[in-house]
Amino acid sequence: MHRDPNHPASASPGGDSTVAIVGAGQAGLSAAEKLRANGFAGSLVLIGEEPHHPYQRPPLSKDYLLGELERERLKLKPEDWYAKNQISLRLGTGVVAIDRTLRSLRLADGGALAYDRLVLATGSKARLLPDAVSRGLPGIFTIRSLADIDRLREAFDKSGRLLVIGGGYIGLEIAAVARGHGMAVNVVEAADRLLARVASAETANAVEALHRSRGVLFHLGTGVSELLGSDRVTGARLGDGTVIAADIVVAGIGGMPETALAAEAGLAIENGVAVDSHGRTEDPYIWAAGDCANFSLPEGGLRMESVGNAIDSADLVARNIMGARQPYKPKPWFWSDQFDLKLQIAGLSRPGDTVVVRQGQGAGRSHWYFRENRLVAVDGLNAPRDYFVGKRLLAAAVSPDPAHVLDPAVALETLAKSPA
Amino acid sequence: MPTIRFLLAGGEELAVEALNGRSLMETALENSVPGIVAECNGSAACATCHVVLPDQIMSALGPISEHENDMLDFAEAPREAGSRLSCQIKVSDILDNVAVRIPSA
Repeated sequence: MHRDPNHPASASPGGDSTVAIVGAGQAGLSAAEKLRANGFAGSLVLIGEEPHHPYQRPPLSKDYLLGELERERLKLKPEDWYAKNQISLRLGTGVVAIDRTLRSLRLADGGALAYDRLVLATGSKARLLPDAVSRGLPGIFTIRSLADIDRLREAFDKSGRLLVIGGGYIGLEIAAVARGHGMAVNVVEAADRLLARVASAETANAVEALHRSRGVLFHLGTGVSELLGSDRVTGARLGDGTVIAADIVVAGIGGMPETALAAEAGLAIENGVAVDSHGRTEDPYIWAAGDCANFSLPEGGLRMESVGNAIDSADLVARNIMGARQPYKPKPWFWSDQFDLKLQIAGLSRPGDTVVVRQGQGAGRSHWYFRENRLVAVDGLNAPRDYFVGKRLLAAAVSPDPAHVLDPAVALETLAKSPA
Repeated sequence: MPTIRFLLAGGEELAVEALNGRSLMETALENSVPGIVAECNGSAACATCHVVLPDQIMSALGPISEHENDMLDFAEAPREAGSRLSCQIKVSDILDNVAVRIPSA
């Protein structure tokens, strides 16, 4: 069907057509930017539900929360950039429905917007605690949007004790910030180790040791059975019976793709908006990028929540809308800042990979992941050189000899020259 | 407000007004300076905001961190004597009228 190059949707949209982008986060903004960069001359409408200009999320839970970065500096582009690039920005505008037959969006303000191509960049949302646990108590926060952090910020300065539910990146980053701010911090994680879904045990153990050395208390392998308090949250009772007092609770229990609009329009949802390797949904006029998109690739489904994926997948979709017909070749990379640790990750590891630890000269070290002797990922822990060498090897599909990786006497630069 | 003179990879010059206290990278992004990508938006995680500064400014800015030093070896354009990550430089009056070159990859 839509792979047919003669299908009208396969022609690149001309100067009299409209591309609508739903979602004004990193992916939506990048899609708009790259459509213009790839020569799209028609009308470009970027629709955001939040009232804010597109902004960066990574600093929200760090410098912005601490008041060290003003709101103005979160903006991904200066305000006049949109007009200069003839991008019509519709902020504070929800999209209620997609009429795929008419190729038109129904907006929450009652208006409609006809499109020739549509990009869904609806992002992801924070998973919420079950109502039975949270009971709607004030003092419980999630970390995703600017509004989330503005709410948290008010409570943060008045609170001495933070309970974090969830030992993933969001939870650990906020734990580090709060501890650095002088708060007493407890972290509860239902799995028996930190970062269970997203990093190896080696990396998780190093992160845990760092946090413990800074006074963060961990409760692993147990969940929260109830939150305590009547007017507002005062603590939690854990599955193992431990009671923890807290002034505020942050739930960092994962993200979920925002798929409601696509699902309501009858598009396939499989752990996100299902798209082919080019980023197109089953509807040849509708594409998806960023956190919400699950790409069907030869090696399986790929959905990532990261800045790098938001930029790269939006770039791909923009090129393909303009007729490039290229498959997504993801080059996953992530970073996380916790205390004085900068964790930089290239590639995607998974349970069962062989892990080789390379000890650096100083405090830095790196973890190298091999699957059937093929390098698949590198974690640099205060080891930017290792990270970049790994990233380059991954990009070139070159796998170093694990024995060389392990040996600190073998210079990193020579790893890059190892035969495949 | 210092004026920063960005020398673009194509040879043109783009002079912009900068705010003290902002980073040099933010100043470049606010003015859509080509070649400053800054994928990590200033977290010193990506090495895509590489600039080259004149020698006298290098010494005036003081020593660079070990982390930045390591990252610079892996920027897309080859490292030069005046190479810095612009996200790690705070704008101040000593940058007034200084030529900040964007190296070509």
